[in-house]
Amino acid sequence: MNKILFKKQLSDDVFLMRIEAQNIAEERLPGQFIMLQLDNDFGERIPLTIADADETEGSITIIFQIVGKTTTDLGRLNEGDYITNLVGPLGTPTHIEKFGTVVCVGGGIGVAPLHPIAKAMKAAGNHVIIIMGARTKELIVLEKEMTEIADELIICTDDGSYGRKALVTEPLKEICERDPKPEMAIAIGPPIMMKFCAETTRPYKVFTQVSLNTIMVDGTGMCGGCRVNVGDEVKFVCVDGPEFDGHLVDFDNMMARLGAYRGQETSARHKCNLDKQIENKENT
Amino acid sequence: MSHKSPEELRETAKSLLEEYLPLKDTMKAKQRIGIPVQDMPSQDPQVRIGNLDEVAVGYSEEQAKLEALRCTQCKKRPCIEACPVKIDIPTFIKHIADGEFQKSIDVIKQSSLLPSICGRVCPQEVQCQEPCTVSKALKDVSKGVSIGRLERFVADWEQSTGNVKTPDVKPESGKKVAVIGAGPAGLVVAADVRREGHAVTIFEAFHKPGGVVRYGIPEFRLPNTIIDQEVQTLTAMGVEFRTNFVVGKTRKLEDLLAKDGFDAAFVGSGAGLPIFMGVEGENLIGVFSANEYLTRANLMRAYDRENADTPIYESKKVAVFGGGNVAMDAARMAKRLGAEEVYVVYRRTENEMPARNEEIEHAKEEGIEFYFLQNAKRIIGDDDGRVCGIECLRYELGEPDDSGRRRPVVIEGSEFILEVDTAIVSIGNGSNPLIPQTTKQIEVNRWGNIIVDEKQKTSMKNVYAGGDIVLGAATVILAMGEGRRAAAAINEQLADQG
Repeated sequence: MNKILFKKQLSDDVFLMRIEAQNIAEERLPGQFIMLQLDNDFGERIPLTIADADETEGSITIIFQIVGKTTTDLGRLNEGDYITNLVGPLGTPTHIEKFGTVVCVGGGIGVAPLHPIAKAMKAAGNHVIIIMGARTKELIVLEKEMTEIADELIICTDDGSYGRKALVTEPLKEICERDPKPEMAIAIGPPIMMKFCAETTRPYKVFTQVSLNTIMVDGTGMCGGCRVNVGDEVKFVCVDGPEFDGHLVDFDNMMARLGAYRGQETSARHKCNLDKQIENKENT
Repeated sequence: MSHKSPEELRETAKSLLEEYLPLKDTMKAKQRIGIPVQDMPSQDPQVRIGNLDEVAVGYSEEQAKLEALRCTQCKKRPCIEACPVKIDIPTFIKHIADGEFQKSIDVIKQSSLLPSICGRVCPQEVQCQEPCTVSKALKDVSKGVSIGRLERFVADWEQSTGNVKTPDVKPESGKKVAVIGAGPAGLVVAADVRREGHAVTIFEAFHKPGGVVRYGIPEFRLPNTIIDQEVQTLTAMGVEFRTNFVVGKTRKLEDLLAKDGFDAAFVGSGAGLPIFMGVEGENLIGVFSANEYLTRANLMRAYDRENADTPIYESKKVAVFGGGNVAMDAARMAKRLGAEEVYVVYRRTENEMPARNEEIEHAKEEGIEFYFLQNAKRIIGDDDGRVCGIECLRYELGEPDDSGRRRPVVIEGSEFILEVDTAIVSIGNGSNPLIPQTTKQIEVNRWGNIIVDEKQKTSMKNVYAGGDIVLGAATVILAMGEGRRAAAAINEQLADQG
């Protein structure tokens, strides 16, 4: 049982929670995730990336968007309530070192898992450029926190209600065209956004790391449900990942697999705009 | 094969027992061997494919006593030697014949603390029952004394009394032992170490203890209530369970020893990542490892579609690849989840199947179809990336391979399409990488299994290991046997340290 210490609504369907978890707060590193379950018998186990941690308070921060039953139920919990089961930190931490210039691209609430990575990259002495994108102004999260880290910060919204009216791939392309080009890009967000970020950087040969959020059951290397094609290999997101070379990930297969139970459950209320745009393109 | 109802079996046993029981102390071996082996009563196949209840319902008292009379109490007692935990089998069976069920279970519990689990899932036919004198006399292992069924009978009897004895625990020693993984090996270590008065904490990654017997073995073969009972016994002995705790991730193993005051640790973290076939199309939607399929159905209760949040794939035609017990479990679970047709596809013949005969028979009774000497060449998907068929190849048996089984050889040009919407791959597991990845002092072999000596000791000081993390995918009882050895070594180490 883990107590919810703090809850804040960031937008219509996005929440931030600080949860008591002493061991995880001490052990977690950027890039890692937790699994949580709200009902001991019938609840689903879902993976959520750790957005931040406070060792002194013994807490971790998660930011989540309501997309299915478990996140809906989670959003209804309040400060002082308990999360029945919470386990972590899982996954392989991000490899942090001084690379030079690192472009961090966050789409939607992908900014949440990106935050600790950007912070660590900055602390390691990198020049950190942050691109944050969302459908509309209300969906921009952690702007203040990211501003503190970024050497350069670019905000984009699809509707132009805040920052630049553009998809994140536009400024990413411009940065890749700079001389010298960045040493590395990190893209975290909806699968389609990560796919197009990887496609954007590919011609410039800028190494692009993505963080995958596949279906998982145990999250500890037992079930194999999270497998993805990476280059010629089959990798397991829970233990080999969640981060992989975006130029090698088979996003189409991964996105198809994410929809394995579509129609069987009432999930996927949210649709990323890039998603729609692709569909529109395909339809025309 | 016609299904006999439990009542029918009981009535038959009752009348035979009236004949034999008065002779129980005077019967010659030949007479005993002549008593017909008692079948395990089971739910009607047509009924049970519509529920998750246990298939084998257990012996009636009459059947148990009659079966116990079949034991000749031979001098050689080969069964004890063949039991990984060395239960005094002839003695507990003698007590059943005498109607002394409490004495019987007490004998078993001297050696095994999980009799209701072992009685259900141990492969007795290759262990205690294999060298049984009665098996040898009748030249048929299935006609030997049904040791496992009798073990289960007295274990269930004790539960039914509502008065399960908590094993004695010696005075607190002040020593602490960490057990990693609440599966069969870990539970045994916890019990044996706790009995010596050492404090024991079991760390479990999942939200419920039991390990593979919880997430893997289905309710219809081993009900969760049985696991809960065994866990309750351990809790009553003072064993502490910490669920949602992944040693190596939530806390490093070396920190448990160096900072948290544990004097020794046992790693029983179990089997790991499923092995896939390595054929085209294996990442299509509708292809699952047996681990995933069974974990969704069992641990996450996805069979209860009304109540469970975890979805399970809706299938009409299912192909299960593999020939072990896990393949049988997955096939039978798919049937219960509503699949109309379920095929087990195995590249050798029935003779080479590693699954227990009882499981194969049960599967056949339930309408599972077996396709022998066939295997997948590639999995075919539709436009949405969902499985719609499997291209298979036919095989024939060639020369024996390293395992002594005849090697299956492809028949060139024998491709054909098996139309299914779901493929479940059940060809084994690799080792779980979490402990080795995060604990560099522990040496592993090239398959990632932890290397141990004859006392289950690893290369790391005060750390022992056992079960699937050492053996690769094996059986519950072998894991428990390793647990016993490790516990003995831990107890010895802690005694030496004074």
